[in-house]
Amino acid sequence: MSPELTIIAALGVPLIGALLILLTRANPNLRETVTLVTATVTFVLVATLYPLVSGGASPSFVVGEMMPGLVIGFTLEPLGMLFSLIASFLWIITSLYAIGYMRGHHEKNQTRFYFFFAVAIFATLGIAFAGNMLTLFIFYEFLTLSTFPLVTHAGTEKAKHAGRVYLGILIGTSIGFMLVAIAWTWNATGTLDFKAGGILEGKVTESAAGILLLLYIFGIGKAALMPFHRWLPAAMVAPTPVSALLHAVAVVKAGVFTVIKVVVYIFGVDFLANGVTTDWLLYLSGFTIIAASVIALRQDNLKRRLAYSTISQLSYVVMATAILAPMSIIGAVMHIAAHAFGKITLFFCAGSILVASHKTEVSQLDGIGRRMPWTMAAFAVGALSMIGIPPVAGFISKWYILSGAFDSGQMLAVGVIVLSTLLNAGYFLPIIYRAFFKNPVDDGEMHGEAPVPIVIALTITASITFLIFLFPGPFLELARQLIA
Amino acid sequence: MIVGNFSILAVITPLMAAPIAVLLRRPGAAWLLALVVTWATFTLSLVLLGQVLESGPIYLRIGGWDAPWGIEYRLDRVGGLVMVIVSAIGSVIMTYSRASVEKEIPKDRIYLFYAMYLLCLTGLLGITITGDVFNLFVFLEISSLSSYVLIALGSNRRALTAAYRYLIMGTIGATFYIIGVGLMYMQTGTLNMSDLATLMPTVIDSRVIHAALAFLTVGISLKLALFPLHMWLPNAYTFAPSTVSAFLAGTATKVAVYVLIRIVFTVFGGVVILKNIPGVQEILMTLAIAGIFVASAIAVFQDNIKRMLAYSSVAQIGYIILGISFASTTGLTGSIIHLFNHALMKTALFMVMGAISLRIGGVTITDMRGLGRRMPWTMAAFVVGGLSLIGIPLTVGFVSKWYLIKAAIEQDMLLIAGLIVLGSLNAVAYVWRIIEAAYFQEAPKNAAVAKEAPLSMLLPIWVMAGASIYFGINATWTLNIATDAAEALMSGIIQ
Repeated sequence: MSPELTIIAALGVPLIGALLILLTRANPNLRETVTLVTATVTFVLVATLYPLVSGGASPSFVVGEMMPGLVIGFTLEPLGMLFSLIASFLWIITSLYAIGYMRGHHEKNQTRFYFFFAVAIFATLGIAFAGNMLTLFIFYEFLTLSTFPLVTHAGTEKAKHAGRVYLGILIGTSIGFMLVAIAWTWNATGTLDFKAGGILEGKVTESAAGILLLLYIFGIGKAALMPFHRWLPAAMVAPTPVSALLHAVAVVKAGVFTVIKVVVYIFGVDFLANGVTTDWLLYLSGFTIIAASVIALRQDNLKRRLAYSTISQLSYVVMATAILAPMSIIGAVMHIAAHAFGKITLFFCAGSILVASHKTEVSQLDGIGRRMPWTMAAFAVGALSMIGIPPVAGFISKWYILSGAFDSGQMLAVGVIVLSTLLNAGYFLPIIYRAFFKNPVDDGEMHGEAPVPIVIALTITASITFLIFLFPGPFLELARQLIA
Repeated sequence: MIVGNFSILAVITPLMAAPIAVLLRRPGAAWLLALVVTWATFTLSLVLLGQVLESGPIYLRIGGWDAPWGIEYRLDRVGGLVMVIVSAIGSVIMTYSRASVEKEIPKDRIYLFYAMYLLCLTGLLGITITGDVFNLFVFLEISSLSSYVLIALGSNRRALTAAYRYLIMGTIGATFYIIGVGLMYMQTGTLNMSDLATLMPTVIDSRVIHAALAFLTVGISLKLALFPLHMWLPNAYTFAPSTVSAFLAGTATKVAVYVLIRIVFTVFGGVVILKNIPGVQEILMTLAIAGIFVASAIAVFQDNIKRMLAYSSVAQIGYIILGISFASTTGLTGSIIHLFNHALMKTALFMVMGAISLRIGGVTITDMRGLGRRMPWTMAAFVVGGLSLIGIPLTVGFVSKWYLIKAAIEQDMLLIAGLIVLGSLNAVAYVWRIIEAAYFQEAPKNAAVAKEAPLSMLLPIWVMAGASIYFGINATWTLNIATDAAEALMSGIIQ
């Protein structure tokens, strides 16, 4: 199969899967089989493209002309390869997990859930493969809309309110800022294609580029940069598989992915490094890292604590990009991968605890490690990765970001990373301590581990968090391609 | 010449069919006649537009009298496009209308409804094709008078006062228009548009012509419901029969916008007027933006969804006028494309309301509760139309917004660009209220047992909803027509 056809197939399979899910709604077992098969096929298709892209090729094609001169088209480059690999692989694991979770937790409207999940993956892959800013924007909005029914899945007043915040911030920023930025870029350059070295240099003045950068960065609400971060804690009202795959991986990574894309392919690193004011971005992302960590410290609800940790970790990627050093951009890309596997593990664990023991608060977790050893061991691995200590994935990315910061003399960034590491330890280690070293409260609840599919899923992601530390090669290869 | 004669056929056919519908009397027969006639005019319009695109404008001298003495029919790109919009909506709605009309209009008046509908269509199509400012007035009156009757047919008694109010306002508008035409005739001695365009530069500085322009603009603005002259519109759309609301929302105001474009750009040589006469551009821009925000804000608080859509229409007209006020090719392209796009989505939305009214009996926000489950296809069409109002990519609304924003940025009006997107976000507020009601609230226990709308309604609804997706994904064809038309209008050539 030609690479172009493979890309089309990888996009088409989740959509076909979504339709099949609707058709098989009468038979839950068949429906879940469809989800698993679809996810596996999608991943295999994406994976077959890897040798090509790591070999330096970037297959590209145009679907059609939307407006005169503006096309919908796809180009697979290293960053998109990395993102699509992670998203499609984790979809398989999450599906496995979701089957255990949704049944164990007796959720309603499961067909709708699996349907929109597949559609959201379609949108995510569309973002990863997008060949120009317009295509990316289309799928970006599509992702927001397709995840809205998942966020509001419970249908309660609280879910409805969360849905409003979610939609209000994500649609508000993307239409309010990003759309204007894209139209401006189109007006100034006559193209929206992602080009190595950027398209804006020489086409706009430096001060205009500064405003454009502001519009782009604030327009990408999915990156959860403060002050546009509130949608992420709000989205935690969704079922845990959604929080795990979409709000720790697909949606938020689509945000930082877009930030890197805009910096590397629209502005160009050189253009930004020479003349355009980017200091504010460094300060803002640094502030977000610290502030979100401080808020996370004070959260008792486990999922909310994880959400604020995500906000903080996302800004690592933004800050690493804003440092504009080759090493730090490698670090940014690696952090997308490292954080994805680490954070999805943590969410899996949160959901596992909820299903097995119906506990949601950190303060209730005394001694839970004895009853749920697999879950809490995986939690510890994920937490270590967040803190960034060996031997887990988070260390690799932090290492690259730090060396990039040292290279370009950004001592502020170094300070932020050190402080944030301490804060991360401050809100993750107590949970592990509680789980393993405190005596369980006798609440009369007898429970053991979560259902088997859940345990399998979180064990896999935790193991991969280890493996990335040992074998970072495949991801590093793509990251190097990006800055080559 | 054969094709040239088509142009008059498109107007004559519905005109002749109207009295026949009266003679037929039987509702079913009248509907069938109207159905055949509307689809015939649609086919004719497509042929005519194809001809215009291929080999330039079509001219026809009525009765063989040469212009400027006789009446000239002239169809160019922008006229052809509006003609296709009007006849397309006319025919799709006629297909849809039967069930809705039988429910909402007393049986003994149904044949009158179809007759009036055909007359209204005649007037609207005539406006798009005529090259004579007085003849345009005649068609304007045909369409207006018949639309007063159509609105008054609404089953709620308040339809009568709504129609009456529209009649008063519409008559003032038409009178202002004819005063403007009279003043122009006084100065130039001609009523033919291209003749007027040639003579205009010689008299453009006279006070009389300025007065004429003022009368014309205000008069037409009344008809197109430019804020703050929109007061007639919300009640008229709310209390008219569902079919009529859908038809008028997609056509009447659009044709009035066409008249404004025609007068400002063709007759007065647009750019000169907008740039040279101080205040014209600023006034239009200010009113347009005020309209966008005020009407959107009012829309958020409406409980009757038809009224909400009506206020949304006032806001959307603001976008169209905003595009005109840029006095640039991109801006005008944005206006023309939004005229087309808004017609598609708003017709779909009003048709959805008609289907709900048929099944539930009301269109207030409380009637929407739980409809997402009970009428899934109908509500899905509403979601498509609503997303398009917001301007989400892959819907037509996005294409319009894109061009309007680009027009603002071209002229370094970043603030205006910001206001355009802010206006779209207002739309999120009023669209989402309904989506929440339909999908998050349970239907009340004592609610009417509602099932999905009949296929005869669902199909036309989805033709419009589908079109507002199709032309959002593949906007090249429509945009090329709009751009060519805008360029021609900007250069003052009739093409």
